[in-house]
Amino acid sequence: MIGLALRMLARDARAGELRLLAAALAVAVASVTSVGFFADRVSQALLRDAHQLLGADLALVSDHPWASAVSEEIARRGLERAQAESFVSMAQAGAGDATPSAGASLRSQLAGVKAVSASYPLRGTLRIAPAPGAPDAPAAHGPAPGTVWLDERLVSALGAPVGGRVRLGAREFTVAAVLTLEPERGIGFFNLAPRLLMNLADVPSTELVQTGSRVTYTLYAAGPRAARRAFERWARARLERGQRLEDLESGRPEVRASIERAQRFLGLTALLAAILAGVAIALGTRRFVERHLDACAVMRCLGATQARLLALYGLEFLALGLAASTVGCFGGYVAQEALAGTLGSLIGTELPAPTPLPALQGFLVGLVLLLGFALPPLVQLKNVPALRVIRREAGRSRGAYAVYAAGAAALTGLLVWQAGDVRLGAYVVGGFALAAAGFAVLAWLALRVLASARVARFFGAGSSAPRYGLANLRRHARGNAVQVASLALGLTAVLLLGFTRNDLVDAWRRAAPPDAPNRFVLGIQPDQVAGVKAFLASHGIGAPEIFPMVRGRLVAENGRPVSEKSFADERARHLVEREFNLSFAAEPPGYNRIVAGRWANARGQPAGLSVEQGIAERLGWKLGDELTFSVGGQTFTAPVTSVRKLRWDSMKVNFFVIGPPALLEGFPTSFITAFRVAPAQDAAMNALTQGFQNLTVVDIGAAVRQAQGVIDQLISAVQFVFLFALGAGVLVLYSALVATEDERRREAAVMRVCGASRAQVAGSQRVEFLAMGLVAGALATVGAAAIGQLLALRVFDLELPLNGWELVAGPVAGVALLSLNAWVSARKVLKTSPALTLRESS
Amino acid sequence: MPRMTASNAPVPPADDARPLLAAKGVGKKVRSGDTELVILQGIELAVMPGEALAIVGASGSGKSTLLALLAGLDTPSAGTVELDGADLFALDEDARAELRGREVGFVFQSFQLLPALTALENVMLPLELAGRRDAERAARDELARVGLAERLGHRPAHLSGGEQQRVALARAFVVHPKLLLADEPTGSLDADSAAGVIELLFELNREHRTTLVMVTHDESLAARCDRVLRLAAGRLAA
Repeated sequence: MIGLALRMLARDARAGELRLLAAALAVAVASVTSVGFFADRVSQALLRDAHQLLGADLALVSDHPWASAVSEEIARRGLERAQAESFVSMAQAGAGDATPSAGASLRSQLAGVKAVSASYPLRGTLRIAPAPGAPDAPAAHGPAPGTVWLDERLVSALGAPVGGRVRLGAREFTVAAVLTLEPERGIGFFNLAPRLLMNLADVPSTELVQTGSRVTYTLYAAGPRAARRAFERWARARLERGQRLEDLESGRPEVRASIERAQRFLGLTALLAAILAGVAIALGTRRFVERHLDACAVMRCLGATQARLLALYGLEFLALGLAASTVGCFGGYVAQEALAGTLGSLIGTELPAPTPLPALQGFLVGLVLLLGFALPPLVQLKNVPALRVIRREAGRSRGAYAVYAAGAAALTGLLVWQAGDVRLGAYVVGGFALAAAGFAVLAWLALRVLASARVARFFGAGSSAPRYGLANLRRHARGNAVQVASLALGLTAVLLLGFTRNDLVDAWRRAAPPDAPNRFVLGIQPDQVAGVKAFLASHGIGAPEIFPMVRGRLVAENGRPVSEKSFADERARHLVEREFNLSFAAEPPGYNRIVAGRWANARGQPAGLSVEQGIAERLGWKLGDELTFSVGGQTFTAPVTSVRKLRWDSMKVNFFVIGPPALLEGFPTSFITAFRVAPAQDAAMNALTQGFQNLTVVDIGAAVRQAQGVIDQLISAVQFVFLFALGAGVLVLYSALVATEDERRREAAVMRVCGASRAQVAGSQRVEFLAMGLVAGALATVGAAAIGQLLALRVFDLELPLNGWELVAGPVAGVALLSLNAWVSARKVLKTSPALTLRESS
Repeated sequence: MPRMTASNAPVPPADDARPLLAAKGVGKKVRSGDTELVILQGIELAVMPGEALAIVGASGSGKSTLLALLAGLDTPSAGTVELDGADLFALDEDARAELRGREVGFVFQSFQLLPALTALENVMLPLELAGRRDAERAARDELARVGLAERLGHRPAHLSGGEQQRVALARAFVVHPKLLLADEPTGSLDADSAAGVIELLFELNREHRTTLVMVTHDESLAARCDRVLRLAAGRLAA
C-alpha cells in the first residue's frame, strides 16, 4: 500500500500534477518558517538589545552592600557578573585649570556618581568621545583606575575638559573621556544629576562612602537563560529588606510596551502568511481533485474500494506534505538567512542564530494545512462513482465548500497559535471568515451585473472579444465567484500588509514622536509657576503643561493598613515602599485614556482617584477601593473612580495616581513639567537654573534617544518581516491564478477550433480577467480597510486615518495582476496547438 | 462460425453449466423533473462462460446503461444481476468493486487511460491495486502481446487512438478477467485502427478464454460475436 502510494506520488509529480500543490505548500511553509525563523532571531535580538537599558539580563539592587555569597553565586552558576555603586556627590574642578585645588575659581556641581567594575556593562555598550560634540565610539570597558568619564553636562558645568582634573571627595581624578551613552540612563533619582563614571576600585580612596551614606549597590548578571532563571530563583528567595531584583519585565515599562507591540506586529505578519498558505492549498487541492476524478473512477472500475482509494491518496498526500514541508523549511531558512544577511543594516543589529523551533512549527503548519485543506476534498474523491467511466457527468465535483470547514477550523487553531494572542488571532480569523463569505456572494452579484445583457449589449456594437469575455463571465458565474473571492482574499492580505505597514507603523511612530520631551523640570514651587511659564515662553520653548505634584505614601487600602509586606510581588513592594508622585487635575491629561470607571475629578464632584492601569493591576486596586495616602503626616482617603491607560513610550509626564483638586490642593505641592529643547537652547536651560536655583532640570535626552533607538529598531524589524510576507502573498496569489488555467486553456482551444482568431481568444480572456480583477480588487480594498481599522482600534490601540490612494490601490492591483495573468495565459494557449490541448484534456 | 440469434428471451443455459452473467427483470428509470423516464425495462439475459455477446442498438437505446448495470457500476430500479453466481446488488459498492477487480475487465470507447501515467503504468495499475508484486513484468508482457513493447514509456497524449485502445486492451486482459465488458471499443477509431483493435480483441478473448459482452452500434463488429441482442427503446427486441 505505502509502496503504491509512493509510486502514485512519483507518477503524479512527474506528470506535473503536484507542482502547484507542492509549490503552494513549500511557499506556505517557507513563508511561515522564514517569518518564524526571522521573527525568532529578531525577538532574540530585541530581547538581548533591550537588555541594553538594564545593562545586564538581571540587576540586583540594594541599599546596603551585597553579601559576597551572592556575587560568588553568580560566578558559580557560570553567569557573567559586574558591580556598581551609585551615589550623589559634589564634584569640583578649577575653571579652565587642571588644578582644582588652586583656589579662587573653583566650580562645584552635584554629580550622579556611578562606580563600576571592569566588566560593566554586561549588555549594551558605553560610548565615549574625546571632546563634547565630537564623534563618539564604543568603549570596551569603563574608566581605568584614577580616571573618570563625565557626561557633557558635567563637563560644561565644571568646565573640566578631557585631560582636566576633577576632585571627588578626598581624591583627584583625570578626566579621560566624555561619556555619551550608558545603559540604564532612565529617569530615576540618580539620573537627575549629571553623570560621573569612575572605577569601582577607586571608591574607597574618595572616602565618600561612609556609614549612613545613601549608596545604591547593584550586582549585574548575564548569561544563558536557564542558568539565569535558576539564579534568579535562588536570589529571589534570599532578598532582604531594601533589596530588589530587576529584570527586563520589571524594569522599564516603556521598553516592555515597545517589545509587546513588536511581538504583535510579528505575530500578525506570520498569521497573514498562514492565511495565504491556506488559500493556496485549498486552490491547489481543488485542482488536483478535479484532475483526478477520472482516475479515481477508473480505479474504482478496476476494483479499488473506497477505503483503499482514500488510504492511497491520503498516504500520497502525507508523503507530499512531508517532502514539500522539508523543502519549505529549508527554503525558509535559506531565505531568512539571505535576507538577514543583505538587510542586516536595516535591522541595525547583529542577529543571533535561530532556534530550531520555527522549523518544527513550519513542519506542523505544513501538515496541518495539507490535512485540513486537502483531506476533505480527497474524501470527495473517494466518493466518485465508477459509473463516471461511462457517463462523464456522473460524480462531477460539486462545489462542496462545506468540506473546507475542517480546513478553516485547522487554520484558525494555527493562526491563534501563530499569533500567540487569542484576541489578535480571533480578529484576523473572524475578519477573513466574514470577508470570504461576503466576498463570494458579492463577487457573484458583481459578476452577474457585469455580465448582464445590458452590459453585453453595450459592448455588442464593438469587437466580439468583449462579448465572448462577458459571456464567459456569465457561464462561469459560480466558479468565477469562487476564483474572485480567493483572489480578493489574497489581495486583501497583501493590501492589509501594505496598509498596516505604512499606516500602522506611521501611527506607531507618532505615538513616540521625534519631538518627545527631552527635559523634565522638577521642584517648581507654586509661586514660581508663573515665572517659569514666562521664562519658557520668552525663550521660545512654548507653553508646556505644568502639573502639580504631591508626594504621598500609600498607608491603607479599604481601611486596612498597607506596607510593603502586604505584597508578595517584588515590584509591588517596591512601589509601596516609596512615596508616590500624586497629582491633581480637573480634567484627565489628553494623552491618557480612561479604560474603566469614569473621570470624577471635576470640581463639585465627590472625591475620586484616577489610577494607572498597570499599577492598579499590580497592586490589585479595583474601582471603588478606598485608598488612604499619607502626605507630610496628614492623611486623606478617596475611592478609585477610574483607571487610565498611559502611553509610557510617549515620554510625557505621567502619574500613577491623579486626585481631584479639591482633595489635594491643600497639601504641600511642587510642580513638574516636560518639554523638548533643541541643542541650541542649552544656554536657555542654564539660564533657567540660574534664574530659579532650586529647580532640578533633568536631561532625559539620552534616555529618549536610547528608547527611540530601540523603537526604531523594532519598526525596522517589523517592516522587514512585512516585506517578506508581502512577497509570499504575491506568490500565493499567482498560485490562485494558475489554478483555473486548465479550464481556460481548454475553452480557448475549443474557441480556436470553432474559428476564433488569436486576437479574439486573447481579447475575450482579457475582458473576463479585467472584470474579475476589478471586482476582486474592489472587494479586497474594502476588506483590507475594514480589517485594518479594526486591528488599529481594537488591538494596537492606534488611530489609523483612511488614505485616499489605498482605495485605488486594490482595484488597480487586481486589474494589473489579472491583466498580466490574462496576457501570460493567452500566450500559453496560443502557443500550444488547440488539437494538443484538446487531446490532453480529453 | 459465429452464430447470430436475436431474442428477447434468455438463452436457456446448457445443462452442464450456469451462466457467468445473468440479468433478471432489470429495469432502470430516472426522474427528470416531474416526469419519469424509462431507460431500460424487463431485461433478461444470460451469458455463458466463453461466450461472446454483442448488444446492438441505436444511440439512446440504453446500451451503455445496460453495460453499466451488468458491470455493477450503476444500480437498477428493478431486477437483479448475477455475476459468477453472486447477486451484484446484494453486495455493497465496495464489495462490487472488489468483485470487478477480480473478475471483470473493461474496454471503453474513450479508452479511459490515466493521462498522467505511461502506457506501462496504466497497464500495471489494476495489478498494483490487486497487490501483485509482478505487476511490471506482467504488464510488459501484455503490452508486448498487443504490439506496444516499444512504447512502454509513452503517455496517452503521445499515442495514437489505436495505440491507446491497445493499451486499454492490455490493461483489461492483464488481470485475466473472466468477463470482458466492452463499450463501443472502436467508437473513437478510424476504420484501419478499428479493424486492428477488433482483431486483437477477439484474439485475446480466445487466448484468455474470456467471456465477452460488447455494446456497439457497428453491425459488422456485432456479427463477429457468438450472439447478438438488439436493444430498442429500453427493451431487448428481436
